[in-house]
Amino acid sequence: MANQQNSEIKYLTPIAVDVKKKKYCRFKKSGIKYIDYKDADFLMKFVNEQGKILPRRITGTSTKFQRKVAQAVKRARHIALMPYVADLLK
Amino acid sequence: MLNNYETVFIMTPVLSDEQMKEAVVKFQKILKDKGAEIIHEDHWGLRKLAYPIQKKTSGFYHLIEFKSEGSLINELEVAFKRDERILRFLTVALDKHAVAYNEKKRVNKAAAAAVEVTPAEPDAVNS
Repeated sequence: MANQQNSEIKYLTPIAVDVKKKKYCRFKKSGIKYIDYKDADFLMKFVNEQGKILPRRITGTSTKFQRKVAQAVKRARHIALMPYVADLLK
Repeated sequence: MLNNYETVFIMTPVLSDEQMKEAVVKFQKILKDKGAEIIHEDHWGLRKLAYPIQKKTSGFYHLIEFKSEGSLINELEVAFKRDERILRFLTVALDKHAVAYNEKKRVNKAAAAAVEVTPAEPDAVNS
């Protein structure tokens, strides 16, 4: 019965469910062990235009490295290599 | 037990050159007197700050990487707090990955400098 029900709905082209790109942690993949807080332009990749730290669901980094990135960004902000708030940072 | 530390501090830009050098030497002396071993020093010079500190928009950055007892850090930071030429400072303990990273970076910089210095003669054996 259920099978017969959903077979009623016919689509011209099968709806392409958004194929989820497998996110990976770039640190594990490239074997980076230490995130340097002095390297501001590398840390800029993990910060959005307003200078806020990007969440893991967007960058896809693992928990361990997300904590390291967050700590490095906060240290960089402390020594004024990165702004706390900014507009049009990139 | 000697731990590895790295401290970065920002000096106010209104300093003249030798005042700035004197401040740096003062902190080196504090470290050396207390038996710390300075591994590496880096002077970034005048840099623009990402946000104004004490109404100043630029500052002299200086970095010192050293190995010392844990108790010395407190005295070092008290000295930083007392010195009014220092706008801001950050002392960080380095774990083994951090030390390896710094070491590798120095080696690369030295290699890059070496290549730069002798671009003429073809480096027959490139390591």
